Amino acid sequence: MRTTFLLNGETVTTDEAPCVTLLDHLRTKAGLTGTKEGCNEGDCGACTVMVQDETGARALNACILFLPQLDGKSVTTVEGLAAPDGTPHPAQTALVEHHGSQCGFCTPGFAMSMATAHLNGAADHDDQLAGNLCRCTGYAPIIRAADALSAAPVPAHLSQPLPQTAGTGEDAAFRPTSADQLAPWYQANPDATLIAGATDVGLWVTKHLMDLSPVAFLTGCDDLKSVSVSDDEIRFGAMVSLTDVREAIAPYHPDMAEMIRRYGSTQVRNAATIGGNIANGSPIGDGPPALIALGATLHLRLGDTRRQLPLEDYFLEYRKQDRQPGEFVEAVSIPRQADRLKCYKLSKRFDQDISAVCGCLNVTVADGIVTGARIAYGGMAATPKRASSVEAALLGAPWTQDSITAAMAQFPADFTPMSDMRASADYRLVSAQNMLQRYFYEDQGLPTRVLGVQA
Amino acid sequence: MSVYSSTPHDTAPLHVAGSARYVDDVPLPANTLHLAFGLSTIAHGTITALDLDAVRAAPGVVKVMTWQDLPGHNDVSPTPTFREPMLAEDEVFYIGQPIFLVAATSHLAARKAARLAQISYSEKPALLTLDDAIAAEDCFEGGARIYQKGDVDTALSKAPRTVEGSFEIGGQEHFYLEGMAALAEPQEGGDVIVRSSTQHPTEIQHKVAEALHKPMNAVRVEVRRMGGGFGGKESQGNALAISCALIADMTGRPAKMRYDRDDDMIITGKRHDFRIAYKAGFDDTGKILAVEFTQWARCGWSPDLSAPVADRAMLHADNAYLLTDVRITSHRMRTNTQSNTAFRGFGGPQGMIGIERVLDHVAHAVGGVPLNIRRLNYYAPVPSSAQNPNPGSSQKFGGDHSPEGWVAPAQTTPYHMPVKDFILHELTDQLVNSADYTARRKAVDDWNAANTVLKKGIALTPVKFGISFTLTHLNQAGALVHVYQDGSIGMNHGGTEMGQGLFQKVAQVTASRFGVPLDRIKITATDTAKVPNTSATAASSGTDLNGMAVRDACEKIKTRLAVWLTEGTRIAAADVRFEHGQVHVGDQTHSFDEVVLKAYQSRISLSATGFYKTPDVEWDRDAGTGTPFFYFAYGAAVTEVVIDTLTGENRILRTDILHDAGASLNPALDVGQIEGGYVQGAGWLTTEELVWDAKGALKTHAPSTYKIPACSDRPDIFNVSLWDGANRADTIYKSKAVGEPPFMLGISAFMALSDAIAACGDGSRYVALDAPATAERILWAVRRQQAAT
Repeated sequence: MRTTFLLNGETVTTDEAPCVTLLDHLRTKAGLTGTKEGCNEGDCGACTVMVQDETGARALNACILFLPQLDGKSVTTVEGLAAPDGTPHPAQTALVEHHGSQCGFCTPGFAMSMATAHLNGAADHDDQLAGNLCRCTGYAPIIRAADALSAAPVPAHLSQPLPQTAGTGEDAAFRPTSADQLAPWYQANPDATLIAGATDVGLWVTKHLMDLSPVAFLTGCDDLKSVSVSDDEIRFGAMVSLTDVREAIAPYHPDMAEMIRRYGSTQVRNAATIGGNIANGSPIGDGPPALIALGATLHLRLGDTRRQLPLEDYFLEYRKQDRQPGEFVEAVSIPRQADRLKCYKLSKRFDQDISAVCGCLNVTVADGIVTGARIAYGGMAATPKRASSVEAALLGAPWTQDSITAAMAQFPADFTPMSDMRASADYRLVSAQNMLQRYFYEDQGLPTRVLGVQA
Repeated sequence: MSVYSSTPHDTAPLHVAGSARYVDDVPLPANTLHLAFGLSTIAHGTITALDLDAVRAAPGVVKVMTWQDLPGHNDVSPTPTFREPMLAEDEVFYIGQPIFLVAATSHLAARKAARLAQISYSEKPALLTLDDAIAAEDCFEGGARIYQKGDVDTALSKAPRTVEGSFEIGGQEHFYLEGMAALAEPQEGGDVIVRSSTQHPTEIQHKVAEALHKPMNAVRVEVRRMGGGFGGKESQGNALAISCALIADMTGRPAKMRYDRDDDMIITGKRHDFRIAYKAGFDDTGKILAVEFTQWARCGWSPDLSAPVADRAMLHADNAYLLTDVRITSHRMRTNTQSNTAFRGFGGPQGMIGIERVLDHVAHAVGGVPLNIRRLNYYAPVPSSAQNPNPGSSQKFGGDHSPEGWVAPAQTTPYHMPVKDFILHELTDQLVNSADYTARRKAVDDWNAANTVLKKGIALTPVKFGISFTLTHLNQAGALVHVYQDGSIGMNHGGTEMGQGLFQKVAQVTASRFGVPLDRIKITATDTAKVPNTSATAASSGTDLNGMAVRDACEKIKTRLAVWLTEGTRIAAADVRFEHGQVHVGDQTHSFDEVVLKAYQSRISLSATGFYKTPDVEWDRDAGTGTPFFYFAYGAAVTEVVIDTLTGENRILRTDILHDAGASLNPALDVGQIEGGYVQGAGWLTTEELVWDAKGALKTHAPSTYKIPACSDRPDIFNVSLWDGANRADTIYKSKAVGEPPFMLGISAFMALSDAIAACGDGSRYVALDAPATAERILWAVRRQQAAT
């Protein structure tokens, strides 16, 4: 499939198969081996590159980024980080001066993440670098380098005019530019794979070695990328990235934004979309529990027919959703409401980890009585699921420890979780119960979050 | 001098530019073949049918091989006494064991084809866990090994008080960022050049030669760098290198193999998981009178390096503590899982956390502050009249050269080695002070009194780690140094660079010996054609051994130059000095370059090999007596943590480390080893959990499921200092090895978590935390404390 993009300032047009990753292209075709393969699944960041388009610069994992997603964009790899005259980027200089590399294999990825954060004026180093694993340094010298980098100006050569797309050429895949284009095509090709951010589909290719066909890349559907806020609702187009969801939701439901801060990594959030997170139907996605707790409505489209349903009703059973062949997620909306949402993401590691349990609780209290309870969990069942019995126990009850204790006893009625490599069934159940306790304690003003504690 | 300075890693400018070349980055001819293994999907059984037709028919496939197609030995074992088939013969022993080899025109084609085999098995019962293996009494080495000193049974029976317990210590995946890789290029006359991501080029050369039925001189192995090793590339690279060399030899085409991350984690061995049972006798002050340890190591399906790993666990069962009456019994259990292998510390961490657990338990029993109980049990101080000697001086401390009037305390390890360089009393004092331990201990207690949900803990743990290979003959190294006629210098030695900064440190030694700037030294790739018969870069010994070997080579060349320069003069050759780019001969001064050029023209040899063998080490492995170590490296860490008693979530808040690198050759590189070692050690004991399912399949085989520390997991406050003191042993510039010892500083994080959990109870029940202390394990431990209250 024909794709035109800038690679380190040079215009490149490729006609590779649609599901060739940028990483493979760089390493095996372009001869650019500075971008490393560490895991081939988007979890280590050794393949981080900078991708720029009219919306700005983003760090992305090249290993799960397909070439057609880059059409019309500019890609900078570690080989393009230094200025054309050879002057190293200040991120490179800082990493050397602060002893930020040991074995050096993760270093190009760190340099790219740091340079992209620097370009964007971001100084939250731990979050910017959460998607880059280093096994040698213990990260301390890398953070010292990132601190030092903050003071340096952004090199001019990193801003390049974007190329004109050369069009799709041979039609090996479909690349719609709007939902209206996508709808009839997908209705006619209901077996196709829709690729949004490719943070999940990428692994079908790199790990399951699947040959996907036909495919459609939704990268160009700008009309699916908007967030609108009205007096009644907040509406996210399906192609809004998690990075943008986080920013948009922060003023209204800051704890959802805090949860998304820990969702994947910067590189993953930059690629992943809220629609993809819902549509793939994972029982352990972190978006749906929060959205369900907020009373989200899902907007589906089949051809010109649209329908909407409560998000929790979309998830039928394990990996089975209420979605017709050819039907796709167009948007998700949540009603405006006073913020009572808390999101508790429990995982082995805080950053860049899939939840063992993700509990999202939204309990409203008036005059000491619970007037509303929407409590949803991921990781506790075959689908994201509401804790209906718990909600029922709370509704109308006084907002007291006794009511919490009574409601906690209802969890086994709602959930029979399973054991896996992330957690045992018992631990899932107990910690899910304790999340309700934590919600209550937090409401009482008790310190309950280890992330807020200092030595 | 170049030594004692914090120069950056020699390759840092290339690392950051992406131009540092790893095996997978080498440009290849278009006809290169790419290899992949087909793997066993059962833990134990007999192969009854192996249908590879679909594999052979897959696009791009050029060659498919089973063990029957191998021309030479089907053996990748690093152990001469055990044959470890590279490709399974009739029987498979773990899920992930290679059964056949595919060579194809691309990496992807090989991977795809490898999944197409139709394999039928007759399954046999599999031993998956330590419990399984213990019940079956299935172990290597024919039974237990025992080291002992004193009379532990009597001492235990007489001890006023005892505690006993047993705990689990999980394994650890290396997770080097660069996966295993090898590349073989056929040469004329049947020779082969192998590039391998290995810590042990000579072993690769040896195994490849054996597999190809060729002499070792037909095989050249080159290693410029690894993207991390940590012990995982000491023996585990053999299969890839042999496969590539075989295919190259048979097809005449270059062959490359690299494991996909999941394959890497499923095929290769990891840190040994252990169970350690203990019974300790002590008095009311917490002074330990006797300890008995039983260690069970899960070795996996083959011995690999398990014997020396388990030995080292025994050799560190004392850590920093004088044990007068002690017995350590070690069982090396066979299971149908990956063959566990070397990993930073090489069993030492497991042995060490055993005694730290005992100290923690004893402190609980006597109601004492763990730090005080630890110090009470330390080896006696071994004072030195010169605590801060001049770095690089030749003064020796301890032994024959100790200051007059000083008598060595009669204290030995459980393996009867005298401890003559113990500095942990002074080091602990200094760390307690710099970390403000006492005030923070109280602040933690105050926090815990005021908070119900979040509890804090703090702990200080020491490290005493023995330096040398316990297989004595490995303590040797070679070097090759060339001085070119323009005065530039080429340096080579048998050590490999995996990120630790070995090459830079040895280059600093070279520059210092010749008195020239560091940029005159060209560091060259490790190459079996330049320096033969090398030991693995392991056991923290890289700089100690290779630094000395290079020094030897430098001195040979310098001596030749000095003799030539002083010929016909009254000046002694020994008085010629090489400093600041100049050579001082009497009152005359010449530039180094000028001397070199004239020496060349005078037909003076400007190239030399160097050699070194560690003195004073001898070890009777069977008896468990001797001096296996040249010296000990020391350190201590204070870690403060917070836990959430509702979920077990936890964080390291602050860590203070004081570590002994002797007279550091390069303080920046040494601090890097310490910071990285600590975080890796803390990861081992917290988030890094390996999980196998009931069939023996590893379920944590990628970074999505196996969680090494990420950026925000490092301590918020992370203070690392180097102990200011030279090595008392005569090492290169009086420095100390630093690769492995800091790893065990991570034990302080584990003990701090135990301390925080203890704050959830009334003190009546010992915490008894298993490792890794995942959030789940912590929550259960918290609930046990709450239930006991």
